[in-house]
Amino acid sequence: MADLTDIQISPLDSRHRELGARMLPFAGWEMPIQYEGIVAEHNAVRNSLGIFDISHMGQVEISGVDSEKWLNGLLTNDVSALEDNGGQYTLMLNEGGGVIDDLILYREAADRFFLVVNASKIDEDVAWLTQNLTEGIELKNYSDDFGAFAIQGPAAESAWEKVTAEWGALPPRNGIVRLENGRIIACRTGYTGEDGFEFFAPNAEIGKWWDAFVSAGAKPCGLGSRDSLRLEKCYPLNGSDLDPDHSPLEAGLGFFVKLEKGCEFTGSDVLKKQKTEGLSQRLVAIQVIGKAPPPRHGYGVADPATGEQISELTSGGLSPTLGKGIGLTYVPVGLTKIGTQLEIDVRGRRFPCEVVKKPMV
Amino acid sequence: MSNVLDHLKYAESHEWIDPTTPEAAPVGISDHAQDEIQDVVYLELPELGRVVEKGEAIAVVESVKSANDIYAPVGGEIVEINEPLGEAPELINTDPYGEGWIFKLKIADASELQALDDATAYSAKIG
Repeated sequence: MADLTDIQISPLDSRHRELGARMLPFAGWEMPIQYEGIVAEHNAVRNSLGIFDISHMGQVEISGVDSEKWLNGLLTNDVSALEDNGGQYTLMLNEGGGVIDDLILYREAADRFFLVVNASKIDEDVAWLTQNLTEGIELKNYSDDFGAFAIQGPAAESAWEKVTAEWGALPPRNGIVRLENGRIIACRTGYTGEDGFEFFAPNAEIGKWWDAFVSAGAKPCGLGSRDSLRLEKCYPLNGSDLDPDHSPLEAGLGFFVKLEKGCEFTGSDVLKKQKTEGLSQRLVAIQVIGKAPPPRHGYGVADPATGEQISELTSGGLSPTLGKGIGLTYVPVGLTKIGTQLEIDVRGRRFPCEVVKKPMV
Repeated sequence: MSNVLDHLKYAESHEWIDPTTPEAAPVGISDHAQDEIQDVVYLELPELGRVVEKGEAIAVVESVKSANDIYAPVGGEIVEINEPLGEAPELINTDPYGEGWIFKLKIADASELQALDDATAYSAKIG
């Protein structure tokens, strides 16, 4: 495990600095928060094309003939539903049904899988997988070897064609492809709600491809806009909206939890019980009504009927697309209906907000 | 390169004050500060008539990403608020020394101005 005082530097670091990015520590990495500005970067992704350094994210390869069965016992989604070169969003839970990590699993072959995991959870994920390792399963952590970026926006496919004419078509949604003798991996996915792909290459090569996609029209975007983009789409952020005390059912991720997949998985007994007995709380999206300061992570949420604080925002911010404050929060099931009036507490003052439909954009 | 105006005084926390009209001295945030904060989307303005001490947090400038406290560069009474900023907070970004002023202070003790930086010293700090 890396020394927690070590700040890791992206292989794209010099490019960020040349572009004048504001750099901040994130998940143990020094990463760009913004270049030109969050709103401009946000809009570039919604309307055209952005490129995000995601070198901090982790990559793990799992191999062995029983990989599928083994993974199915550790992850919520149904691994057996995957075909070669297909991927799925899935969750890794603790024994109590709480979330360790949300990740994307790709099947490259019947006996070989590729996992993309959150930067802040690489060590924890690998430790959990290792702890649960059975004979014949091999686990390789490639997180330190790959640099990566995400290309996101409606112009993603045309940029791909411009940069890499000889690589053929982009894989379909959630698909994975290996290029350049397997050294490079592209996955048709992302965290913004727009079309796009994540691109993984050895650290020494990633800069060259970053430059190629920037030349093809992708605007460098930082973690600030990555957050506002995902929040508008209500994609949860692990460590904020997902945590070991909340289950994926409470987080509204039931679609990625296959309780009937034909085998138990870590936490499945708790989730089944939650399903039978009903949930006590759910993650809802809120939108501020009228003029108010932007909601932020940690702000109190109150029920105006009683005046009591009922929760805290797990995420919050200003939606550049809607021009309104938005957020996510776990509230008791009685307060989850669309249109439910709530209040957020900003420095001791309360501002009205309401529960809205997910996604918000 | 950030713009620094010669006739203003600057606080360490990046507020500027115009000392040439001490009965109603405009206060705002520097060009450097607005550039750091970027994309101002909301302002919490102080109450008119409030008497504040030097260093007291009296307003909040919120960007997409963060909430930033604004401190009184010197003590005094708040004698005017830039109300239009409430509807157009982006003026802080586009015109930080002009239409982006936040409030006006009736300076209580002019000697407190001496602790503030002049344009040369402030420029050196933000280099």
